Amino acid sequence: MREKVAIVGVGQSAFVRNYPGSIKELAFEAFREALQDAGLSAKDIDASIICSAPEYDKQRSPAGVIAEYLGLTPKPTFYLESICSSSSMGVRVAYSLIESGLHKIVAVIGFQKMSEISSAESQERMGRGADIQWESPFGTMMPAYYAMYAKAYMEKYGLTLDDLALVRVKSATYGQLNDRAVYRKPVTLEMFKDPENLMSRPVATPLRVGDCCANADGSSCVILAKREEAKAITDKPVWILGLGAASEPVNLTGRDLFTGLSVAIRAAEEAYKMAGVGPKDIKVAEVHDCFTIAELMAYENLGFCKPGEAKELIRNKETYKEGRIPVNVDGGLLSKGHPIGATGGSQIRTIVLQLRGEAGPMQVPGEPDIGLVHNIGGVGLYGNVTILGR
Amino acid sequence: MGKEMDVRFKKFGPISFTATTKVNDFVDYLEKGKVAGTRCKKCGKKYFPPRADCSNCLGSDMEWFEIDGTGKLISYSTLHYAPSGFEQDLPYTIALLDFGEYKVFGRVSKDIKEDELKIGMEMKVKAVKLPNGQLSYEFVKP
Repeated sequence: MREKVAIVGVGQSAFVRNYPGSIKELAFEAFREALQDAGLSAKDIDASIICSAPEYDKQRSPAGVIAEYLGLTPKPTFYLESICSSSSMGVRVAYSLIESGLHKIVAVIGFQKMSEISSAESQERMGRGADIQWESPFGTMMPAYYAMYAKAYMEKYGLTLDDLALVRVKSATYGQLNDRAVYRKPVTLEMFKDPENLMSRPVATPLRVGDCCANADGSSCVILAKREEAKAITDKPVWILGLGAASEPVNLTGRDLFTGLSVAIRAAEEAYKMAGVGPKDIKVAEVHDCFTIAELMAYENLGFCKPGEAKELIRNKETYKEGRIPVNVDGGLLSKGHPIGATGGSQIRTIVLQLRGEAGPMQVPGEPDIGLVHNIGGVGLYGNVTILGR
Repeated sequence: MGKEMDVRFKKFGPISFTATTKVNDFVDYLEKGKVAGTRCKKCGKKYFPPRADCSNCLGSDMEWFEIDGTGKLISYSTLHYAPSGFEQDLPYTIALLDFGEYKVFGRVSKDIKEDELKIGMEMKVKAVKLPNGQLSYEFVKP
């Protein structure tokens, strides 16, 4: 039986540029919404997992103060991080806590207040996002690594700069429909060709400002429950059908693939196997589009198309809401925003709402029954794939 | 008082974030104009960047070898924004070379324009002394 653990409640704060409150208050917004969604109260939660990327936090050990503020004490709480995939990893661990019989109902709370530190501090930390001994001394940063993947990919498969821009155009299409998104304006191909437009400004060749996701403050919450409890809590449980996770060397010198992310391929294989489904069964997906190239590689790494064919998917609008396999129809990281620790939980929330038929203007037609979340930490350093079904 | 800490690694790269490591000798090789990796004496596995310990056979008896010959350019990117401390170097190009048994990550020499780079081209690694006195290496044409 694959219906062992279900998601019974989801919540998310608005993703904003500068959140006017503390990390506790930010976490509270998502937690309250998830509790109300599930019809539970804080005392029903048996354990909580708090997820963020610690380099943006001033608070040491955020789990304690957040659990206190959310009324989750005296139940066990702990902190978990795998950078940008922290809250997907949190859901993986919550699943095992429930499946092992230790707890019945677990809350995974992801948050990030990137504006907690100054932009100079943030820039400095960004430089140390790589192997600090052998890579950071050269002045590296996240966009430059993904840019190297983009360069290698474009060379091998004939992908164009316009293809990259088309991903951003799609995400902006849906960002406008998402009232929780940080970037709600349209983006056009012309903006990428206009040297006066910010979107066209080079960040790390071949990536431009428009190819990079928007930093944001935000929180997310996913409440998971054991089969029997889930059925008692809600008549719309969304089951966790498959979980996959993997890691890769941080330092690029330890890698072999530069036109895709090995962690995504491995994690997807594992998740499909556990769920007993394949890429063709996925009706809606959320992928980790921290950069436009990342979304295109995800199409292939998840098996939505063969290597080199991602450009056809975006050119033919097959990943739009009405297409063959809708991807990131909530705006993705590019337009919805990327509050690191909250991102995975937010992606999972989007798929849960889609499977329940509650995604409003973003709802994919045809009553999707199976969805997938692809959440990556660092530059393909950690990878989590989660398959959900109703 | 104990022995003074060996912090030679502070000298590596435009800005070093690491003061000490068991492979501090890497910096001495740079000083001599050489870029070196380590080779496990027990199982023969070659490492770049150099390592003090072999994850293949768990041995810690390593010897140094010099990087020579050419490597194939796997990919590269030219940065137009930089993390704090590197702004004055902009624009600069980072790249990855494949030597078969190992790969080398670093910066491309400023003497090479971005449009002269081509994925798959052969490049060499060269030890350099930077204007700020730091020691590093960069990729040049063979």
